[in-house]
Amino acid sequence: MAVASTKPYIGAPRDTVANFNGKQLVYVCWEHHLLFASSLMFCVEPEMTLGDFLHHTVRPLLEADPDSAALDFTRAEWQKAKIAWTPDFNASLAANGIRHKELLRFHTPGLNSLGA
Amino acid sequence: MDMKTDKKKLGLKEKYKLLTRDLGWETTYHTADEVFPYVKYEGIKVHDWGKWEDPFRLTMDAYWKYQAEKERKYYAIIDAHAQNNGHLHITDARYLSALKLFVQAISPGEYAAGKGFARLGREFPGVGPRVACQMQAIDEIRHAQTQIHAMSNYNKFYNGFHAFADARDRMWYCSLPRSFFDDALSAGPFEFMIAIGFSFEYVLTNLLFVPFMSGAAYNGDMATVTFGFSAQSDEARHMTLGLECIKFMLEQDPDNLPIVQRWIDKWFWRGFRILGVVGTMMDYMLPKRVMSWREAFEIYGAGNGGALFNDLARYGVRLPLEWNDAVKALDHMTHQLNLGLYQWSFGTAFHTGIPSDEDMAWLSKKYPDTFDKYYRPRWEHIKKLKEAGTPFVNTGLAKLCQVCQIPTPYTEPDDPTALCLRESEYKGELYHFCSDGCQRIFHDEPEKYIQAVLPMPQLFQPPLGGDIGAWMNWVGLKNGVDNGDYDGSEDQKNFAAWRATATSNQ
Repeated sequence: MAVASTKPYIGAPRDTVANFNGKQLVYVCWEHHLLFASSLMFCVEPEMTLGDFLHHTVRPLLEADPDSAALDFTRAEWQKAKIAWTPDFNASLAANGIRHKELLRFHTPGLNSLGA
Repeated sequence: MDMKTDKKKLGLKEKYKLLTRDLGWETTYHTADEVFPYVKYEGIKVHDWGKWEDPFRLTMDAYWKYQAEKERKYYAIIDAHAQNNGHLHITDARYLSALKLFVQAISPGEYAAGKGFARLGREFPGVGPRVACQMQAIDEIRHAQTQIHAMSNYNKFYNGFHAFADARDRMWYCSLPRSFFDDALSAGPFEFMIAIGFSFEYVLTNLLFVPFMSGAAYNGDMATVTFGFSAQSDEARHMTLGLECIKFMLEQDPDNLPIVQRWIDKWFWRGFRILGVVGTMMDYMLPKRVMSWREAFEIYGAGNGGALFNDLARYGVRLPLEWNDAVKALDHMTHQLNLGLYQWSFGTAFHTGIPSDEDMAWLSKKYPDTFDKYYRPRWEHIKKLKEAGTPFVNTGLAKLCQVCQIPTPYTEPDDPTALCLRESEYKGELYHFCSDGCQRIFHDEPEKYIQAVLPMPQLFQPPLGGDIGAWMNWVGLKNGVDNGDYDGSEDQKNFAAWRATATSNQ
């Protein structure tokens, strides 16, 4: 049952990629770094390289965490769509298969200053 | 000259019959299905509306009389509060954050409930429940009004109250309760009854109102306490109506049980998500605290709710599916949500703050297994950042849950070090959730939830296009005045200055 209704009922999603003027949403989670209360949301161009995205867009927001100085994205363990993933930092978000509203998770074993 | 009549005044029983049951009639020139088009599509089977038992047997004339009496008392005290500078008698202006959050996020829910019950007062074929729902509709509107009036005196003196109606529609943290009520209002009449009449009014309302009203009393807020007393007798009637309705559904046909159980599962979890806000008020926003969120849940949630579900077991109803997840979250949820409110406080129309040493000692006493281990280190670090002149602000906006719309701040039920991340694909689109509960609710009715207007993604769409200043104007947030840290705020300075004039010769 897609919805309980009195007649056929089709919903329209409000956050499709067409609504973002050529950009897309990407979510990023630094695992076990809960100073940040939630996964972070970014609205970026899919042509941007993953490396630029991480270094210029994501990293500045992570500086509040004492582990950020030691953070090396290339040595992190990555997950996309809930499965282990090897990113290509020189390729674009699109070429990396990062879809609109994709959640990227990275784990940095050994970095754990705030204990959680 | 008065007309002479033979008959004495009507007896109570006769009056009840005439003013309630006798108001209905059998349809003749339209079918009953045409007159009541929304009572069958949800799948609830009712064979005899006459079996509905009115728990209160209240008639409209008596209702008006009682409510008018309560209004007179209520407004007399509200006037006295204003004339006696009630805004200076609170423990500390820090307390006002709880009130601001309440009037922005919860009072509009009363109004929404009023709309919903007005609809039920039309849509149920049974006259008994129709009249009861009409009374509740008026109650709910009255509650919204009295809450707003109770807080309007504070609005004359303090920031953050002025745009509560816009906040209700547009503020990101208000989308949590708003989506809850929108979900209920767009459901059928029986589901609305389980959502609001049963889960909200019966299972959760004590957790919402008792701690909130005692918090007000502990912190010297007479206006809110008075509202609480004025609403209390209505709440007892609402709880009884919700319980009566669920028993009626279950007694009418055995096929109703699985539908009712699915709604109980859904609305318990949706309600529990709203309670995260209430718990955070209790643990972090009250200068003088009544009890911890955990203690409140043990008394009003586990205690009262557990007894209720034992009582319903004879109909085959079991505890809500996510009950255990809720219990596991008790030691964590308020700390996790408050950490979010602090780091995103540039976007809140209330103040937040770093817990003082005394606050933290209280929190570690109340949450001995979790606060010192997980949450104190984060606050100590945030304190250091502030002392270094680089206060922690998280300008990275949050990923929201597609169903409850909160910024997914909660952790896995069995691992407080890992955020709970759930995602699904539906018709080629990705959707994210805060929990197994919200993910399950989505998959029960995906066509409904894909339409959610989520505040964070909306901010990056036209017309705002990611402009935070434009967003602040749109939600009615005065930057540097309504938002940010309580420490250094105008509210803090004014309260100190005004109190000094009352207590010294300055």
